[in-house]
Amino acid sequence: MGYDVIIVGAGITGAAIARELSRYKLRTLVLEKEAEPAFGVSKSNSGIIHAGTQNPPTSLKGWLCVEGNRLMREEIASDLGLNFVQCGQLIVVFGPSDIPELEKIKAEGEQLGVKGLEIVDRAWLDKNEPNLGPEVKAALYVPSTGLISPYRFVYALIENAVKNGAELKTSRKVVAVRAGEQGGFEVVAGGEVFRSRFLVNAAGLYADDISALAGAPTFKIIPRKGEEYLLDKAREHIANHVIFPLPSGSSKGILIIKTSDGNPMIGPTAHDVQDKADLSTTEEGLREVLAGARRMIPSISKSDIIAYFCGLRPVSGKDFIIRHEDSCPGLVNVAGIQSPGLTSAPAIAVMVCDILKKHGLELEPKEEFHRLRPRPVHLFQVPPEETRRLIEKNPAYGDIVCRCELVSAQEVRDSIKRGARTLDGVKFRTRAQAGRCHGGFCTTRIMKIMQEELGVPATALTKRGPGSELIKEERK
Amino acid sequence: MKNRELVIVGGGPAGMAAALAARAAGVEDVLLLERDQHLGGILNQCIHPGFGLHHFKEELTGPEYADRFVRLVKEDHKIEVSLRSFAVKLTTDREISFLRPGALEEVKARAVILATGCRERTREMIPIPGSRPAGIYPAGLAQKMVNMEGWIPGKEAVIVGSGDIGLIMARRMALEGVSVKAVVEIQKTSRGLVRNVGQCLEDFGIPLYFQHRISAIHGSGRVEKVDVVRVDDECKDIPGSGFEITCDTVLVSVGLIPENELLEMAGAELDRRTNTPVAEGVNLTSLPGVFACGNACKVYDLADSVTRDSELAGKMAAQYLLGGRAA
Ligand SMILES: Cc1cc2nc3c(=O)[nH]c(=O)nc-3n(C[C@H](O)[C@H](O)[C@H](O)COP(=O)(O)OP(=O)(O)OC[C@H]3O[C@@H](n4cnc5c(N)ncnc54)[C@H](O)[C@@H]3O)c2cc1C
Repeated sequence: MGYDVIIVGAGITGAAIARELSRYKLRTLVLEKEAEPAFGVSKSNSGIIHAGTQNPPTSLKGWLCVEGNRLMREEIASDLGLNFVQCGQLIVVFGPSDIPELEKIKAEGEQLGVKGLEIVDRAWLDKNEPNLGPEVKAALYVPSTGLISPYRFVYALIENAVKNGAELKTSRKVVAVRAGEQGGFEVVAGGEVFRSRFLVNAAGLYADDISALAGAPTFKIIPRKGEEYLLDKAREHIANHVIFPLPSGSSKGILIIKTSDGNPMIGPTAHDVQDKADLSTTEEGLREVLAGARRMIPSISKSDIIAYFCGLRPVSGKDFIIRHEDSCPGLVNVAGIQSPGLTSAPAIAVMVCDILKKHGLELEPKEEFHRLRPRPVHLFQVPPEETRRLIEKNPAYGDIVCRCELVSAQEVRDSIKRGARTLDGVKFRTRAQAGRCHGGFCTTRIMKIMQEELGVPATALTKRGPGSELIKEERK
Repeated sequence: MKNRELVIVGGGPAGMAAALAARAAGVEDVLLLERDQHLGGILNQCIHPGFGLHHFKEELTGPEYADRFVRLVKEDHKIEVSLRSFAVKLTTDREISFLRPGALEEVKARAVILATGCRERTREMIPIPGSRPAGIYPAGLAQKMVNMEGWIPGKEAVIVGSGDIGLIMARRMALEGVSVKAVVEIQKTSRGLVRNVGQCLEDFGIPLYFQHRISAIHGSGRVEKVDVVRVDDECKDIPGSGFEITCDTVLVSVGLIPENELLEMAGAELDRRTNTPVAEGVNLTSLPGVFACGNACKVYDLADSVTRDSELAGKMAAQYLLGGRAA
């Protein structure tokens, strides 16, 4: 038999599970339909490592979120060289009549084990969050909330899993799942057949399809759309915390989000949609986000916006679905991973290992597990003295490709060596093209470096995989 | 930290004209920093004619126009040109840090001229809703692709905005055999030069839709089509006027913004809407000894006018440095 475990999907969920499994003597394969990991829901979200508040105290997602947050703070960020920024969060209210609601969120958070919660008054806010508008009266302060770059979180996990022996195959869309002749599964993807004893379904928006392919059509995924708008770096210091209003029935509301890379962000909306491929932003969405954000910080203006995107939360009911499907022995579904899925992923991974173990997978630790991953160099994160040292060691760090975000030719090359195959893959790893000029200056230079590193013609380069070719023809 | 008399950031037409003028006025030490591998700035990709009619009284292409200055700059040994040098920091007292392959350098200048040019406004700044497929480019990027690399971005294009770069790229793409289906302009008139509307669109039969806007871009991998709608005098959509254009490429030409991040870092006052320095006159900033010229000072229509005003900037810097001794 081929693999012990096949994981479908290289989003944050699949990547975290792959890394967790790579601690053990197992053959693990990750199959991803896109050209690179992190091109599904995990690329377009708020990047918040939630504390665990705003979840029912009895929910699975609440419990996993609190544990995921702890793992990030205590282990993962330092082990994987991630830039985790623990900035804390404020849930603000606009009138005294809403304070009981804050008390309730506080009590529920404490039941889940969230620490350090405190209701703060306007005087505290004036001191610690001076740009808040006059309507804001009080807030719940949640210190353990933080920020991460969501795609770099995925890349770190998957790189470390691969380092520890897991296999990753991209551009492999799973199109059929059959029962194997001697038990287990035969998984058809990209014209090949892969065999395994266990199948872990972490296919995000398409988890219902994968479960049905395997013979367990037990749930449906309804996408819940969220539009987000990024602001210019010049507005970096507009807020010191992630700022939330009171949650609504279906979402945590429109937020003001610092990001770990500097650009603040406003959003997301939350509307159920039909189409799993609908990543469009709308004029109504923009109006809704601006109105929501400005109620909390009135100085935010439309002209601050430099970029926007849309993400779809894979929703199935109110909670995560993480279970072995008894009707299909060996299939573990990890589905409906809506928010706070990014935060919960490391805890989900531990839980999935337990489920696999319970159903007969032996988890024998490896003699040597490479826990640490060196932190990739990002000039925009290092102090001048470090920059000087880097450039003296390797001149290409002084060759700046992206002027808006300060990204050097060496960083672009490194990103390709670490797995970037597309223009978006380079952007997510390095931030080149992510700034205010949107690649106006650096795109051709990056494309030339990609040609050199990958040895392909310019016509073969894509934004995010086949079908998104950047140019149609090369004439010399 | 080395001391320098005059440091100029940006080696396009503005920076070069300022350097030469400062030298002519008696400045003995000029350091010219250019990010790119060669001098000339944006002119290198403007291979169409129309440059130099005022300054040289003859019609040149962009690279030819630039070349006349490049030669003079290179001949002058008191202008030190540092290529592939990217200024990352400017302080109020004129300390400049720049990166180049192999080094992080720091210099202290007695005077600074910022000639950093501008960047294009993007689709995201308008903003145009819809999806985010491949095939949406700022017109200047498309110009660089076609003219510098020989890369043809698509087969059927729609151009948003009738700025000069958009008009010139409409013609350039048409000459390369790309079907340019429309130029869509929300205003009643073109933002570009009148001569460009005639020479670039009318002569090529490219339709120009005034008082129309792109209300959405569609496509998953690559652009597939755009929605266009007519607007009234208040720029409000006229119901029922919408139509679609199929295309695989959208070029965005909706204006330029001065690149003044260094100036901002140094604490100078900028107009938040236009990103231009707030100052008492042309080429000045709110900081003593720090000047701005060319497109970093204000967005110009013609390179010839950039040369004229930037020469003045060079003289002003010389005056600041030498006082009565300036030539
Ligand atoms: C707007 C928005 C904001 C959010 N903000 C936050 C936040 O701040 N904090 C937080 O914790 N969470 C947040 N979330 C939730 C979080 O983004 C998701 O829970 C998480 O990314 C889900 O990851 P995943 O790996 O399960 O799904 P995905 O990232 O979608 O991964 C699934 C993968 O499976 C692949 N796949 C699908 N079908 C197949 C197939 N047939 N064969 C092979 N591969 C296949 C897909 O291509 C994809 O790469 C937010 C979500 C949205 C939409």
